[in-house]
Amino acid sequence: MELDGVMLSRLLTASTLIFHVIFATIGVGIPVMIAIAEFIGLKKNDPHYLLLARRWARGFTITVAVGVVTGTAIGLQLSLLWPSFMQVAGQVIALPLFMETFAFFFEAIFLGIYLYTWDRFKNRWLHWLLNIPIVIGASLSAFFITTVNAFMNTPQGFDIIDGETVNISPLAAMFNPATPTKVFHVITSSYMTSALILAAITAFIILAKKGTDYHKKALRLTMTAALIFSAGTALAGDLSAKFLAKEQPEKLAAAEWHFETESNADLILFGTIDENNEISNEIRIPGMLSFLAGNSFDTEVIGLNEFPEEERPPLWVHYMFDMMVGIGMYSLFIAGLFVMFMFIKRFNELNKLLLMGIVASGPLAMLAIEFGWIYAEVGRQPWILRGIMTVDEAATTSGSVGIAFGLFLALYAVLGFFCVKVLLRMFKNRPPEAELEKRFPGGSL
Amino acid sequence: MSLEIIGITVLWLFLYGYLIVASIDFGAGFFAYYARVSKKEHIMSKLISRYLSPVWEVTNVFFVFFFVGLVGFFPDTAYYYGTALLLPGSVAIILIAIRGSFYAFGNYGSKDSTLYLFLYGATGLLIPASLSTALTISEGGYLREDENGVTFLAGELFTSPYSWSVVFLAIVSVLYISASFLTYYADRAEDYDSRAIMRKFALFWGAPTIIASLMVFAGLRSHNGEHFERALDLWWMFGLSLVFFLIAGYLIFKKKNYGTAFLMVMLQFFFAFFGYGASHLPYILYPFITVEGSVVNETMGIALVTVFILGLCLLIPSLYLLMRLFLFDADYVKGKK
Repeated sequence: MELDGVMLSRLLTASTLIFHVIFATIGVGIPVMIAIAEFIGLKKNDPHYLLLARRWARGFTITVAVGVVTGTAIGLQLSLLWPSFMQVAGQVIALPLFMETFAFFFEAIFLGIYLYTWDRFKNRWLHWLLNIPIVIGASLSAFFITTVNAFMNTPQGFDIIDGETVNISPLAAMFNPATPTKVFHVITSSYMTSALILAAITAFIILAKKGTDYHKKALRLTMTAALIFSAGTALAGDLSAKFLAKEQPEKLAAAEWHFETESNADLILFGTIDENNEISNEIRIPGMLSFLAGNSFDTEVIGLNEFPEEERPPLWVHYMFDMMVGIGMYSLFIAGLFVMFMFIKRFNELNKLLLMGIVASGPLAMLAIEFGWIYAEVGRQPWILRGIMTVDEAATTSGSVGIAFGLFLALYAVLGFFCVKVLLRMFKNRPPEAELEKRFPGGSL
Repeated sequence: MSLEIIGITVLWLFLYGYLIVASIDFGAGFFAYYARVSKKEHIMSKLISRYLSPVWEVTNVFFVFFFVGLVGFFPDTAYYYGTALLLPGSVAIILIAIRGSFYAFGNYGSKDSTLYLFLYGATGLLIPASLSTALTISEGGYLREDENGVTFLAGELFTSPYSWSVVFLAIVSVLYISASFLTYYADRAEDYDSRAIMRKFALFWGAPTIIASLMVFAGLRSHNGEHFERALDLWWMFGLSLVFFLIAGYLIFKKKNYGTAFLMVMLQFFFAFFGYGASHLPYILYPFITVEGSVVNETMGIALVTVFILGLCLLIPSLYLLMRLFLFDADYVKGKK
């Protein structure tokens, strides 16, 4: 790997995205969890849930701040590191980028109001209503940005004639073939991961023997939500694979180490590959890849050999793909198990082993998000705009990328460190019971 | 009106919006830090945090909106500015990132940390300084284009008197705008101790803004004579700006109508900023990019303008709600809510 300008630009963009996506995911998903908790609290007149919403929102403010500033960073870095890409793409895909700022503006305004008006309205439902623009704004932001990423994978809505971009249709560019599955996958996985992270924190506290009724309610709520959202994520993932098989076959083929175009294609799990593309140590499920690609073992799956070597994505994305899917399955399993134990009286859903599994599921889900995005981005290589512009052509010619890379790495280290430190401090030695008694004396609203 | 003029006007309006709200925010950070080190914290910090807490994110969005809109309406700017501004742009992003996060860390996490407050206060002055370099570069003379692409002449920028006069103007304007606003806000909050401090600041920083503006004009004359000539054609805008400055100064000096005084400050900057912007045209980046030459294709342009209008229909009522609840709600301002 040569550390030239292109590679440094890629590394800097990757580090910004890897860091930002943690906060972006939380930013899309947590508002939904807050809205659900506050809703149940008001419906059941249960101060536990209201306090839950309140404490989640308090931690959320810290992650939102980091999300906002790193989002600003990636927004500017697109132009700073990929000026030629933005010059061309700006002609076609500027619309959703522009709309994203509106969605975000909308969310920011109402989040500001929400955080400072807990006790300001006589009718508590008015405060709950503020959740709606926040959830809509957050999910719309994800939607708009994801359409831009989808456009990079399956660009459409324009023609290039003699180097000029003509016949531009902003809506066709936005609603390109990759958009539906990608948006679905991004939104459900954000909701799922957020629910699992909140569940993991709660399970950790219960394991540390500091759990109370408040925590039990929190765990039931978050795990039920996690089950619904992980089922949604699994469905979205399945649809995404079918989309890839049809519209972007080289990306699926690279993830599956699938070289020959054939029907009844095997699904390969993990394993190793040598320079002659010989696969060993793998787990092979006969015919499964065809089934995933088109719901039938007869589906013909296009192999990598159909593509010139310089247009093939790197084969290591296979591991990213497998780990993403593996963690997704684990999440579905653990959430399903918990909810089953909840409903069957004989079982104790708070048994130690299950709780430990839940504690692991939070960080694992976030890792799956990272693996998924690495797969999505590296799996598109060598293209920045598939079939039209490669990353080499798009990168900046500036000689200062190395310095910028160093500066940003330091920034992310500092932000990450202080973010964790502040969050720990915020909740340490502030048990919910004490706050409950203070805010809702004697359990009354 | 042609598409490119609509586009650039919209963007300029947003940049003006950012200039005002961000100046208030940046200056407030500086004053908050000043209050702590001069042991006047008990007086001012409450006032400042009551205003800032609900609105800090909104400030940031004005900026994001501007640069996303600029690249959308004028994609060529991405190419030239993108290549040229990698380092100064990265420094600005890092400062903004530190500021935003440490504000949240300090305000929601540990209120007593002087380090967080210092970072918050210092970045308030460094960000306008670094962002203003983008405007300096737009005057030309700091970029070279040859067969290897665009190169940023950092040495030229750092040794240019024009560049430093812009930095100076940016910093004093921030302190002046912020102090005038906080005087008004303190007045509404009936917090007379803070008002006295902020009023002194507003009066103190008034004169330097005018001196700095004159320095910028002088610098512009030798740096980009063409632009200077066009600015002279629009002399009445700068004249109006001066008139509003004098009214604002008079009102603050006479200790009355602080609200009107702040409005006058806003008008002062509105006319100066639009006078500068209008005379800057047709260039976005002299001599490489003009508004006509770089405007996005018509389809996208119309789509962006449509979305902009729809977006405003959504945002204006929301912003109104935000201001009603926090800025113009007397009980909230006074700290009773």
